Amino acid sequence: MENSLMSLKYHVSPTDFTRAGEASSDVKNKLKKLGVPPEIIRKVAIAMYEGEINMVIHANGGDISVDITPDAIFMELKDVGPGIEDIDKAMQAGYSTAPDNVRSLGFGAGMGLPNMKKNSDTMDIQTVLGQGTTVTMTVNMPE
Amino acid sequence: MDNHKFFHSVYLNEELCNGCINCIKRCPTQAIRVRNGKAVITSQFCIDCGECVRICAHHAKRSHYDRPDILSNFKYTVALPAPSLYSQFNNLDDINIVLTALIYMGFNDVFEVASAAEIVSEVSRKYIDEHPEKWPLISTACPSVVRLIRVRFPNLIDHLLPINPPVEVAARLARKYAAEKTGMAPEDIGIIFISPCPSKVTYAKEPLGTAKSDIDGVLAIKDIYPILLPLMVEAEKSPKNLSRAGQIGVGWGSHGGEAAGIVTDNYLAADGIDNVIRVLEDLEDEKFSNLSFIELNSCDGGCVGGVLTVENPYVAQAKLKKLNRHLPEVVTHAPADLAEDEINWTEDVEYLPVYRLGTSMKESIMMMNRVERLCQKFPGLDCGACGAPTCKALAEDIVRGKANETYCIHILKDQIHSLTRSMNSLVNSASAYEMKGNDYRYIFKQYLKTLLSDISLLDAALNLNKEDKDE
Repeated sequence: MENSLMSLKYHVSPTDFTRAGEASSDVKNKLKKLGVPPEIIRKVAIAMYEGEINMVIHANGGDISVDITPDAIFMELKDVGPGIEDIDKAMQAGYSTAPDNVRSLGFGAGMGLPNMKKNSDTMDIQTVLGQGTTVTMTVNMPE
Repeated sequence: MDNHKFFHSVYLNEELCNGCINCIKRCPTQAIRVRNGKAVITSQFCIDCGECVRICAHHAKRSHYDRPDILSNFKYTVALPAPSLYSQFNNLDDINIVLTALIYMGFNDVFEVASAAEIVSEVSRKYIDEHPEKWPLISTACPSVVRLIRVRFPNLIDHLLPINPPVEVAARLARKYAAEKTGMAPEDIGIIFISPCPSKVTYAKEPLGTAKSDIDGVLAIKDIYPILLPLMVEAEKSPKNLSRAGQIGVGWGSHGGEAAGIVTDNYLAADGIDNVIRVLEDLEDEKFSNLSFIELNSCDGGCVGGVLTVENPYVAQAKLKKLNRHLPEVVTHAPADLAEDEINWTEDVEYLPVYRLGTSMKESIMMMNRVERLCQKFPGLDCGACGAPTCKALAEDIVRGKANETYCIHILKDQIHSLTRSMNSLVNSASAYEMKGNDYRYIFKQYLKTLLSDISLLDAALNLNKEDKDE
């Protein structure tokens, strides 16, 4: 990415969701060391965590890349999962297609995508059924 | 901010330190480094939790605190016993015996921290009810937790419960009441806290949420214990009626006690510094829902687990429970004339970004890239031989200008290995070539000179590690 000061790449493996969150945790710790304002860190950490766990629950994992530029932090979450059938429905708070085993553990509350939208300044979802989904989000740096 | 020297009660007695790696590995904020064979604490990362004191087998890590002779500095003294003090004795069934013994010890009066704790619980319940926008509110009674949040979890600063800890409320009220009772000037009265931990010794010198603490001195429970025992035998004969605390106040000494005082189901109570850190990370990521109050204790078991106590924390917890059985639920209520600044925070806690690498984001990114490259060079064993707890920590130290690559014993091993290979090829080439006497001697000498200078550099680097004067 042009004028990217730092590029971070993570592979999210579909192991178990107690490990989901390692990538967003790593990004959070790095942003703290870089002195990024705490409010920005909070938004990035939450948006990325929700996206990461979605990849584990729904899509069999995937790849995340994070680019830090002076103006914003860009996140791209790419998977080769089943795709999202109805994006509008998926964006509704409380709506979830999570399987039962996941729900019994307290996940699948249906707040993931709405939370990601709430904590990012721009969000875009590209999806093809049977092929995969790419979610891109940006969080802007303050002036 | 960078030049501010934090006061720390936890310190190193260098004579007793043998430079082992136990405390550097245990420190929850990676604040300790072995330099010159001594485990020194880096001031801005230390939160005075006392884990290093707990684990040091050589008793080299210690806490500053006052000695009982501090009583003679004041005309009138009031003891502030922490509720954890009551849990240290066998077969105690009446708190008044401990309090009476404190009077026999030389204090003019006592004001129980447990009594102030009931006031803090009452005010906290109201505050939490009235401020759902700040949920979950995090208890600020454990100073190490507040210090940790201040440097590492800035997003949680707004969730800190802005109410003075019981010890501070006790100090304010104790001084006020003593001045009223005796007619003495407030400055002539000594307010002395009897503490289970170093963190509160630091709090008395550098409080959080308030400009200055009303505590004049802090004694350690373990110092007072042998003094009190014989006095308690005496006091048992006719104890004075001094106690003003009930189950809620006394329960504060133990893990879960604070949350019990808030009387809510929507709480979380964590003890032990590693567990506390885990909870704070998850809180920061907003992974909890429906919580209104979070109790966090750095020490396992709560305050009874502080390093300045005598009794095993789990035994102590059971003893507090037993003591509580015969107490009314609450004894002390918030006085009607309780002043704003006696109970509420008067200062904000500010974020101190001590973990930031550089002074600007560009600089920090460059430094972070250097850290990653250095980490590739290190074997990733986290062996501690370099004096840092992990390879990553050493890489960061180097980039911050506080250490050298040659501290790593494995890099040193590689350098010695390549020297050995050079020696080998020297020996091999010496026997391979047929040379006239003088040529042979000359080339041989050149080889030896080069090797000698390489070894000397290596040796100098090793000694550099030894002579390094670090913080």
